[in-house]
Amino acid sequence: MTNSIAATPMARPFAKSSISFSRIAIYVTLFGAAAVYLIPLVVMLLTSFKTPDDIRTGNLLSWPQVVDGIGWIKAWDIVGGYFWNSVKITVPAVLISTFIGAMNGYVLSMWRFRGSELFFGLLLFGCFLPFQTVLLPASFTLGKLGLANTTAGLVLIHVVYGMAFTTLFFRNFYVSIPDALVKAARLDGAGFFTIFGRILLPMSVPIIMVCLIWQFTQIWNDFLFGVVFASGDAQPITVALNNLVNTSTGAKEYNVDMAAAMIAGLPTLLVYIVAGKYFLRGLTAGAVKG
Amino acid sequence: MATLELKNVKKTYGSGLPDTLKDIELKIESGEFLILVGPSGCGKSTLMNCIAGLENITGGEILVDGADISGMSPKDRDIAMVFQSYALYPTMNVRENIAFGLKMRKMSPAAIEEEVARVAKLLQIEHLLTRKPGQLSGGQQQRVAMGRALARRPKIYLFDEPLSNLDAKLRVEMRTEIKLMHQRLKTTTVYVTHDQIEAMTLGDKVAVMKDGIVQQFGTPQQIYNDPANLFVASFIGSPPMNFIPLRLQRRDGRLLALLDSGQARCELPLAMQDEGLENREVILGIRPEQINLATAGANLPSILTEVEVIEPTGPDTLVFVNLNQTKVCCRLAPDMAPKVGETLELQFDPDKVLLFDAKSGERLGLLGKSQPAETAGRVTRLIPR
Repeated sequence: MTNSIAATPMARPFAKSSISFSRIAIYVTLFGAAAVYLIPLVVMLLTSFKTPDDIRTGNLLSWPQVVDGIGWIKAWDIVGGYFWNSVKITVPAVLISTFIGAMNGYVLSMWRFRGSELFFGLLLFGCFLPFQTVLLPASFTLGKLGLANTTAGLVLIHVVYGMAFTTLFFRNFYVSIPDALVKAARLDGAGFFTIFGRILLPMSVPIIMVCLIWQFTQIWNDFLFGVVFASGDAQPITVALNNLVNTSTGAKEYNVDMAAAMIAGLPTLLVYIVAGKYFLRGLTAGAVKG
Repeated sequence: MATLELKNVKKTYGSGLPDTLKDIELKIESGEFLILVGPSGCGKSTLMNCIAGLENITGGEILVDGADISGMSPKDRDIAMVFQSYALYPTMNVRENIAFGLKMRKMSPAAIEEEVARVAKLLQIEHLLTRKPGQLSGGQQQRVAMGRALARRPKIYLFDEPLSNLDAKLRVEMRTEIKLMHQRLKTTTVYVTHDQIEAMTLGDKVAVMKDGIVQQFGTPQQIYNDPANLFVASFIGSPPMNFIPLRLQRRDGRLLALLDSGQARCELPLAMQDEGLENREVILGIRPEQINLATAGANLPSILTEVEVIEPTGPDTLVFVNLNQTKVCCRLAPDMAPKVGETLELQFDPDKVLLFDAKSGERLGLLGKSQPAETAGRVTRLIPR
């Protein structure tokens, strides 16, 4: 009896009418929205492979007459060094700020002290401070520390500025973890750092991913701190790209500009593609308890 | 195996705030099973955390085998705890969960392996050792949590409402299993629960708590038969004790409680000789199983009354009648059960009746009786506020 019921195909009301008007409307809207975001990228990509003559004669969306890599080669010659500057700034800044955020979040959720909520509230102000307001005090501080115009100084600025966000991420993640876990570990004889390293960090992979992506995007794409606190050969790629595009001498080489812009944008694109699924998982981590 | 003694333990979360724990005095012998029971917010979990060292006490002493441990950190107290949420480490498998505490204590890998095997065998979780906690059912997680506590062979086990996350059937099974485990291992145990059935079935000693005060401390039988006050009487027992408010009278030198069912009256002569009870507003407490159908030769006071509601529970049938405008429950055998609207003749044993002060809830009339409660356990009176 039960078998025969299970074997009968269930009536599926949406199976046949899948090509309804609302379906079409949804897809048209989605494709439209995707196009709005993708067309600039397509223009950049196409232009970067064109020759300067091709750019002057053809229109924006036309296919290159000859696919020419010279734009990319020239662009790398100009911004390649700055690309590595950016790597040298971003990688330590991301790792350090993520680590500090994890530590802060751990203390603020599992080892609360008198005034820890106030402390957290004040730290959150850092998320809302516009970059511009801290420029002068920050440059003053960097000068006093002897870190003005150095990569280390820029790393420090990014770490301090990113700490508010990373702390927020980790604290909110750890708040959803029952503190009985920490109590159990304490009774098992684990200390402050052992609990952090052996129990909480292994659980934190999703939020670490969110933090890494967020911080990487923020720091790699930063222009303002880069232009203010670094000079000459120490500048990050965003500043170098601006300098390249805004030079007024000689003929405009749009293919080089576009290729350089692509080079500047690729790492963040790559990070999203590789770690994007963790990003979504981490953002919704609080909703599903595991 | 160790004795545990709490002396004047106090806990407050800051000056100006009410005390969470007030002068807790408890003592259990080596191998005894102590139950802390009470409604939520009564301080029982706080007290347990204080014993474990997860929270500091603000006054008093916690003695294990006579040595004060209240200043020691949790890991040095040699106490293991089973948490309500189990608190298994989610990224470690069962074996690693059990071994974690041993590793922290720098045991040799071979000894750890041996101990994990022993515990796994004891709890019948050998086939689960390589699984992660997320892949286990609630009952299995519960076993692993107990295994983690057993592995260290601590002096004292603490259980913080370990069964409250299980479904009803599993809860009864695990309850028996915990009792069996304790009978076999004979380790001193403190067990927190809000379930009075767990308190009655598991404990050698029970401490009933309310508002941070131990209301009564004694064996389950003392708590059940000789409650120190109205709160303990109402908290322990299911269905709960009946409470009938009335005014006591005196005739021929005997105290009388007058019961009125609407169609009949009954004078219940009380054994208490205490002066000063006359004309006093009291609450008469009587357990549902102590009200029976009247039998011919029993020579006990009885009353005619009408049945208002019946609730068959299977082994018993609960019959509700009205006495002194109060709903009164009696527990009768199902084959004796009447129908709704029928008139019953119920009889009471005056010796089993308890009296409480209507205002303070304190137990009355103890002077005229022997006091078994004082011979074994300290009785803390409810302090009126």
